[in-house]
Amino acid sequence: MDKTWNNRAWFLVLPVLVLVAFSAVIPLMTVVNYAFQDTFGNNQFFWYGTDWFKEMLTSDRFHDALVRNLLFSAIILAIEVPLGILVALSMPKKGVWVSVCLVLMALPLLIPWNVVGTIWQVFGRTDIGLLGYTLDAMGIDYNYVANPVDAWATVILMDVWHWTSLVVLLCYAGLVSIPDAYYQAAKIDGASRWAVFRYIQLPKMGRVLLIAVLLRFMDSFMIYTEPFVVTGGGPGNSTTFLSIDLVKLAIGQFNLGEAAAMSLIYFLIILALSWVFYTVMTNVGADRPVKEAAR
Amino acid sequence: MARIRLDHIRHAYTPDLARAGTYALREVDHSFEDGGAYALLGPSGCGKTTLLNIISGLLTPSEGHVRFDDRDVTRLTPEARNIAQVFQFPVIYDTMTVRENLAFPLKNRKVPAAEIRTRVADMLRRIGLEAKADRKARGLTADEKQKISLGRGLVRSDVNAILFDEPLTVIDPHMKWQLRSELKQLHREFAMTMVYVTHDQTEALTFADKVVVMHAGEVVQIGTPEELFERPRHTFVGYFIGSPGMNILPCRLEDGAAVVSGARIALPGILPARTPGRIELGVRPEFVRIVPRGSGVPVTIDRVEDVGSERIVRARLNGAPLSAVLRDDAPIPAEADASFAPEGLNLYAESWLVERDGRLAHG
Repeated sequence: MDKTWNNRAWFLVLPVLVLVAFSAVIPLMTVVNYAFQDTFGNNQFFWYGTDWFKEMLTSDRFHDALVRNLLFSAIILAIEVPLGILVALSMPKKGVWVSVCLVLMALPLLIPWNVVGTIWQVFGRTDIGLLGYTLDAMGIDYNYVANPVDAWATVILMDVWHWTSLVVLLCYAGLVSIPDAYYQAAKIDGASRWAVFRYIQLPKMGRVLLIAVLLRFMDSFMIYTEPFVVTGGGPGNSTTFLSIDLVKLAIGQFNLGEAAAMSLIYFLIILALSWVFYTVMTNVGADRPVKEAAR
Repeated sequence: MARIRLDHIRHAYTPDLARAGTYALREVDHSFEDGGAYALLGPSGCGKTTLLNIISGLLTPSEGHVRFDDRDVTRLTPEARNIAQVFQFPVIYDTMTVRENLAFPLKNRKVPAAEIRTRVADMLRRIGLEAKADRKARGLTADEKQKISLGRGLVRSDVNAILFDEPLTVIDPHMKWQLRSELKQLHREFAMTMVYVTHDQTEALTFADKVVVMHAGEVVQIGTPEELFERPRHTFVGYFIGSPGMNILPCRLEDGAAVVSGARIALPGILPARTPGRIELGVRPEFVRIVPRGSGVPVTIDRVEDVGSERIVRARLNGAPLSAVLRDDAPIPAEADASFAPEGLNLYAESWLVERDGRLAHG
């Protein structure tokens, strides 16, 4: 069949090109532009080469924020993924309670970030907050404003409260799609509860679990609003994660070049780590083609 | 290994259904002898899978008891009953290799490693998957997966019974024959009790020593393939088994003979003293002869189907369809009558067989 060539067809993709240009390409290029230049005001820019990147990569402040953020992501993944699986496993599979559980689980996801932050900010206060007041009354020295460990605990608890539901819902979707015959076969084969989880439920949840881990990693690595509202990055710099640091740098100190370089490095780290997660998780348990070929 | 006794089993899936009288199994009272090869045959929805799941323990019957030998196992789990079951669609453990899949039920039962190795190797050879033993099971084709499921059921040699729930549905036709003969071979070797659920009569008749025909939640007949063919106890069995099925002709009784649309047909055996309700004459197409006009019951021939080894005559007797299977090459007269071989005549009252001694087969 002859293909019809008509270059006017390009007009059809023009709207989306314009849209993407304005929403992504131009802003990104602006950032790239700032990253290689410096300015002393008056909208005059000077070529600065890769010095901003060199400065950023050797900056202690950036290293600290990066380590804090990696630690934060690692902790919430280590809590939310197993907890999410556990909750999903204990949810009913049929009956009226299914809808009740699903609505309860979806509730935290419907609350805007800054509201979540405000809720916990108040919740944790020792003078009027339920959590802070109770802990204080029990004689536990808790103060997220002054104590870095308390601040971390509060921010982590808040994230777990806010986002475990997402993992639960994804895992639950994976679980209910497993046909009954698998459980029956497992019973016949005399499999233990653990074996049913290990060899039936976990493999069948693999796909959705991958999505859950990726989403939670990316979101937690970019977390801004909630810790900003609760702790403002303090006490000291103890909860200053990358995006909080970035905003301080760009808008607080108006250091555009440095902030732009940091943005690009930040972006590449997220991209690289997401790729690593994806590759590792899709390859776990896969056939090894090398071994196959060797036969 | 054990004799399986189903003691007045009734089952409804919910209490509401039971109150409404809607039972998936209306009443089954039957024994599977130790070491027998049985087929549960019936159309979809007749309760055969329900019955199988009750035997294996995946379902607890609403009423009645299941006994293995003299032990009541009604409330025991499938594991405690030591049963193997193979399902309609392949169930495999995705992340395990073929070999690990086969070893799984043995490992769970703490069988010594050396014995697991030999048994798994033997099973791999039987199902023809030796070459793929160390591949992950998830990448295999549907029939290879089903062979793994079969293998997992068969690898345990000490089971009380092996249950098959239409296991060959997803298998290619030529593989079906091979696997079925493999199953028969295993049955002869280990003399395990096997119960095989199917809606395919060929599968049932070739696999089983005894076929249990089910219809609408009840067992209508248990018998050898010959018995089912020659003396169906219920018109449903006559219709369901055989291709084409048995001809069922409405008739009335008169002086020791059946009258089918005006023609008298002498019946073998004694007629019942008093027959209530509907009377029918059942005759398999194999026992119907097409003869020249004047020597039988007049029929109209619609068409003749030549299926190679035999010819199937589709005719009408007084409006009702009548089939005949002819194994010879004799020409079929245009104006024909049908005659029936006496040994192939079965009399039915209210759909149940009237025995040759005049007793009703049921009720």
